[in-house]
Amino acid sequence: MSSRELILKTIRRNRPAIDAPLPTPIPFTTAPVTMALIEQFRTALAIYGGKTLELPAGMSVQALIDELYPERPALCSATREIVGSHPIPAVNRPQELATIEIGVTRAAFGVAETGSVFLSETELQVNALGYLVQHLIILLDPAVMLETLQEAYARPEFRTAGYAVLMTGPSATADIEGVLIRGAQGVRSLTVILCPRAG
Amino acid sequence: MSRVDHAVLAKDFLALEANAEFHDRRLWELRIKRDQQMAMIPEWQELRDRASAIKEHTLSNLDRYLEEFEANAQRNGVNVHWARDAAEHNAIVHRVLSERGVRTLVKSKSMLTEECEMRPYLEERGITVIETDLGERIQQLDDEPPSHIVIPAVHKLRGDVSKVFARTIGSEPGNEDIHYLAKSQRDDTRPYFLNAEAGMTGGNFIVAETGAVVTVTNEGNADLSANVPKLYIASVGIEKLVPRLADLAIFIRLLSRSAIGSPISQYTSHFRKPREGGEMHVVLVDNGRSDRLGMADFWTSLKCIRCGACMNTCPVYRRSGGLSYRAVYAGPIGAIIDPTFDLRKYSELPFASTMNGSCTEVCPVKINIHEQIYTWRRVIAEQRQLPFVKREAMRIAGRIFASPKLYRLALKLQRLAANGLPRFAIYTMLNPWGHHREVPAPPAQTFNAWYRANRKARDEQS
Ligand code: SF4
Repeated sequence: MSSRELILKTIRRNRPAIDAPLPTPIPFTTAPVTMALIEQFRTALAIYGGKTLELPAGMSVQALIDELYPERPALCSATREIVGSHPIPAVNRPQELATIEIGVTRAAFGVAETGSVFLSETELQVNALGYLVQHLIILLDPAVMLETLQEAYARPEFRTAGYAVLMTGPSATADIEGVLIRGAQGVRSLTVILCPRAG
Repeated sequence: MSRVDHAVLAKDFLALEANAEFHDRRLWELRIKRDQQMAMIPEWQELRDRASAIKEHTLSNLDRYLEEFEANAQRNGVNVHWARDAAEHNAIVHRVLSERGVRTLVKSKSMLTEECEMRPYLEERGITVIETDLGERIQQLDDEPPSHIVIPAVHKLRGDVSKVFARTIGSEPGNEDIHYLAKSQRDDTRPYFLNAEAGMTGGNFIVAETGAVVTVTNEGNADLSANVPKLYIASVGIEKLVPRLADLAIFIRLLSRSAIGSPISQYTSHFRKPREGGEMHVVLVDNGRSDRLGMADFWTSLKCIRCGACMNTCPVYRRSGGLSYRAVYAGPIGAIIDPTFDLRKYSELPFASTMNGSCTEVCPVKINIHEQIYTWRRVIAEQRQLPFVKREAMRIAGRIFASPKLYRLALKLQRLAANGLPRFAIYTMLNPWGHHREVPAPPAQTFNAWYRANRKARDEQS
């Protein structure tokens, strides 16, 4: 008997004969995006050391990023809205991203409850962009701010994406004496720029 | 395996005063932070009820959901393997790696691979295995198992880490700055991510409905392990299933809040398909779980989501350190699942508890931990007198066979016994050298029946 058959057989023999129905999912309503919801997102993300910036009126995202990093470091963008020094289609192997300072992408949506943004291979193009670069900038349309995780998990992206991450702040560790270090194995900082999709 | 004497080992840990004091304080802090998170969620108790109900439903239909998961994962292009036990798990992983010429494997923390003792197995076969989580890496470099399921090196202080790193990865001796130490490990680990041919993670959950493996981490190392090398392997226990994404949402809301008092962890990652040009494998591991499912008093321990909250709140765990349990799983959850792996070795662990019930109170999936601890004590107390009887019987038999006179007497008595003389009478009569102490109470089972049952149980475990 294969291990698969053996395991399933043992489970069938041993599984508790109880009447345990699967609870119906908690219903949720979609709240309109308000300033309060955006504030909730900002506060939640700040717990993790992530920054949330508004785009000043009349300023382009490109100009804001140039202002944030005036020294023009190596930048790789997975969104056409931003032009960087390293176009993502030219990346053949994820390992090449290790020399990049800044990664930029646009999130599919945000979650106010936890300050998270949703990214998948559609948004990242090369998944390692979210981890191998030193700093990550994520554009987020405030109109796609969801209130709760429950609502987030109802989004179709979780059923289609090969890789999906709810990302909340830069990588961190508190493994030595509980002292918080931002920048563990992944990115060392994370900045969310609130702006509708350009074009 | 000899019995783990938790009380004695705990004394060794307490002798390291500074470590012991910090350990107690740090874990209690996490308990407080967990309480604060709970207070911010008005529906907390309802979430626990649901989480428990979802797990009980899933476990009582585990076969069906495993098949659903497998079918969906295969449809997504994932190779699904089934491993009956640790040995088969390790062999599968080794086969996948060696067939592809993998020499270095980067991995994120996984209690399951600890349970399977995978690292030494692969290393003996020439594969370099690099733990990439800071705490787990500290433990790997110090040649120690993790002492906590969420914070592997929580029993160490900065000075300890500094010594380990200076000895192993060439950090500056005497430099105990925590930022420096963390950066040293980051810099040392980075090249492994870039050069490894394969990456591996465990899984906090698997979702039947979508075929996803879900990891909940904070360092970015799981996502690097899975997203940089071409080959990705996830090893998961069969109990990690949840039926639907809607159910997953409940567990994600509970897990990090319970574990570290944080609304979520930095990376909640869902792996469903291999990357373009890459490969993804999932190994579904049983290793005693399907047997545990049949233990009427203990099967609900399979609901565990490994948050560690029961450990953080346990006064005994906090003051004895995880290593004193000499088991993959320490603390209250360890006390109820370790005996299912090896009852003899871990028979002391259910006694490492004050029975204050606080573990049960904090458990996000409502496992009746302290009641199970109590039930284990009864089971062990019952079994304990049996080895005593067994010892005595063997000793008596030895004397009988050594003495022709006694041997003939025994044969006579046996015939008498066949005519209705109770067994214990034989023991009493044959036991003149043992009159100074009480003859053990007769076991409910006959010795032979007990011995056969016990042998069988042990054979199955080994
Ligand atoms: S038994 Fe409960 S509290 Fe303990 S680790 Fe498991 S889920 Fe967490």
